[in-house]
Amino acid sequence: MIAFAPQLINLFATLILLLSFAMISQRRIVSLINIFAMQGMALVAASFLLGYATHQTDLYVSGALTLVLKVIFIPWMLHRLIRKLNVRWDVETLLNIPTTMLVGIALVIFSFSLALPVSRLSHSIAGGSLGIALACVLLSFMMMITRSKAVPQVIGFLSMENGLIFAATTVTNGMPMIVEFGIALDVLVGVLILGVFMFQIREKFDSLDIHNLETLKED
Amino acid sequence: MSALGVLAQLLALLTALLLAPLLTGWVNQWRHWLQNKSAPGLLQPYRMLHKLFKKESLVAEHASPLFRMAPYVIFGCMLLASAIVPTLSTDLPLSPAADGIALVGLFALARVFISLAAMDVGTAFGTLGARREMLVGFLAEPALLMVLFCASMITRSTSLTVIVETLAHRELAIYPSLLLAGVAFTMVSLAENSRVPVDNPDTHLELTMIHEAMILEYSARHLALLEWAASLKLFAYSCIGLALFFPWGVAEAHSPLVMLLALPVLVFKLAVGGMALALIETASAKMRIFRVPEFLGTAFLLAVIGLLVNVLLGVG
Repeated sequence: MIAFAPQLINLFATLILLLSFAMISQRRIVSLINIFAMQGMALVAASFLLGYATHQTDLYVSGALTLVLKVIFIPWMLHRLIRKLNVRWDVETLLNIPTTMLVGIALVIFSFSLALPVSRLSHSIAGGSLGIALACVLLSFMMMITRSKAVPQVIGFLSMENGLIFAATTVTNGMPMIVEFGIALDVLVGVLILGVFMFQIREKFDSLDIHNLETLKED
Repeated sequence: MSALGVLAQLLALLTALLLAPLLTGWVNQWRHWLQNKSAPGLLQPYRMLHKLFKKESLVAEHASPLFRMAPYVIFGCMLLASAIVPTLSTDLPLSPAADGIALVGLFALARVFISLAAMDVGTAFGTLGARREMLVGFLAEPALLMVLFCASMITRSTSLTVIVETLAHRELAIYPSLLLAGVAFTMVSLAENSRVPVDNPDTHLELTMIHEAMILEYSARHLALLEWAASLKLFAYSCIGLALFFPWGVAEAHSPLVMLLALPVLVFKLAVGGMALALIETASAKMRIFRVPEFLGTAFLLAVIGLLVNVLLGVG
C-alpha cells in the first residue's frame, strides 16, 4: 500500500485535473455542482492517502474538514441556492468551448513547465503533482473569467481553492492546522456572503448575469 | 515465425470473426433490457448475416466498380485490424506488419472507401452520410493516435503486442496518464462505432444517421459484409481498449497453455465491456451533429494532457 501511495496520489491528482476540464466544458449548473463535489472527494482521498503514507494525523483532520465542507455542506447549500433562485436547469450559452479548452491546454503546459524544476527540489513523496495542482488553479481561474453567470463563477472560485489546498498538501505534506482552519472558515464565509450577493443581484437585475454590474449608474 | 504463432494467429482471426457478431448482439440485448424493451435474441446478428448472404444482390444502375469493391476492402481492413490487435496471445506473426499507427491508418482506409462508395451512387443521403463521417473522422483519428501514443510513451514502443506485453507482464504500476487516455478512448470509440451520443445505430432517421446513411444503397451480400465489418470494428475497438487498459489475461508469447485460459478471460472482459457500452448509450442523449467536433476535440485534448502528464511525472 505504502509502495503505491505516490502513484495513487498522482492518480488522484490526474482525476482532479480531469474534473477541472469537465467543469470547463459543462453547461448545466446542476452537473457543475456535482462535478465540484466529486473533485472535493478526490481531494479528500488524496489527503487521507498522504496522511496514511506519511503518518501525519494532521492530514486526516484536513481531509475530514474538506469532506464535511466541500463534499457535503457547500454542494448541498449550492443545490438549495439554485433551487431557490430557480436556475436549476439553466443551460449557459457558452461561446467556443474548444477555444477555451485550447487555452486550457496552454495553461497546463505553462504550469507543468513551471513546476518541473520546482518539484525536483521537493522532498515530498508527491512532489510531482505540484504541476497538476497549479494547472487546476489556473483552469479554475480561467473558468471564473469565461463564465458570465454568478453561480458558475462561485464554483470556479471554490474549485480554485481545491487546487490550492491540493498544491499545499502535496508539496509541503500538510500546512499547519491553524492555517487550514483559517482557509476553511474563509471559504465558508465567502460562500455564504456570495450566496446573499446572488439574491441581491437577482432582485436588482432579474438575472444572474454579472455583466449587469459593469455599468455603475443607471441610465 | 513458429507453428505455434501461426496457430495463435489463426485462432485470433477465427475468434474475431465469430465473436464480433455475438458482441454486437450482446450489446443490443443489454440496450433493449436497459430501456425496458423486449430484446432480440443473442444470435440475431448471425441470423441477419445468414439471411443477407442468401439474398440476391441489387446494385444501382450507375454504380461504378468502386461501389462493388468497397465492401470487400472494408471487410478486409477490419479483419486485418482485428488480426493485429492482441486478443488471445501476444505471439502474432502478423503484428510486426502493422503497429498502432498503421492500425489507425487501416481504419482511415476503410473510412475513405465507405465514404467514396456512399457518394458513388449519387443519392442525397449517401453524400450527407459521407460528409458527416468525414466530420467525425478528422477529429477521431488524431485523438485515437494520441491515446495510443500515451501508452507508447510508457512502454517505449508503438507496436501493440509490445505494449500489451509490457503493461500486462511487468510488475504492477499505476499510470495516471492512462486515466485520461481511457476517458479519451471511450469518447473516440463511441464516435467511431457510431454509438449513441454521436450516431444512433438503430434508426434510419434522416436528421441523425451517419453510418446508416452511407450503407443505404447496399443489399444482400454487400450489406452483410458491411454489417459484419461494423461488428468487427466494434470488436477491434473493444479489444484495443482492453489491451491498453485491462491487459491482464492475454497470453504471453511461448506459453501455449495460457492461451486456452485466455479465451474465457477475453469473453468475460468483452461481456462486461459490452454491458458498460450499453449503459453509456442508455444514459446519454443523442448530440446535435455540430456538437460532435466539440465532443471529439475534448477527447483529443484529454489524450494530449495524458501525454503531458507522462512528461511531468517522468514516466517511461
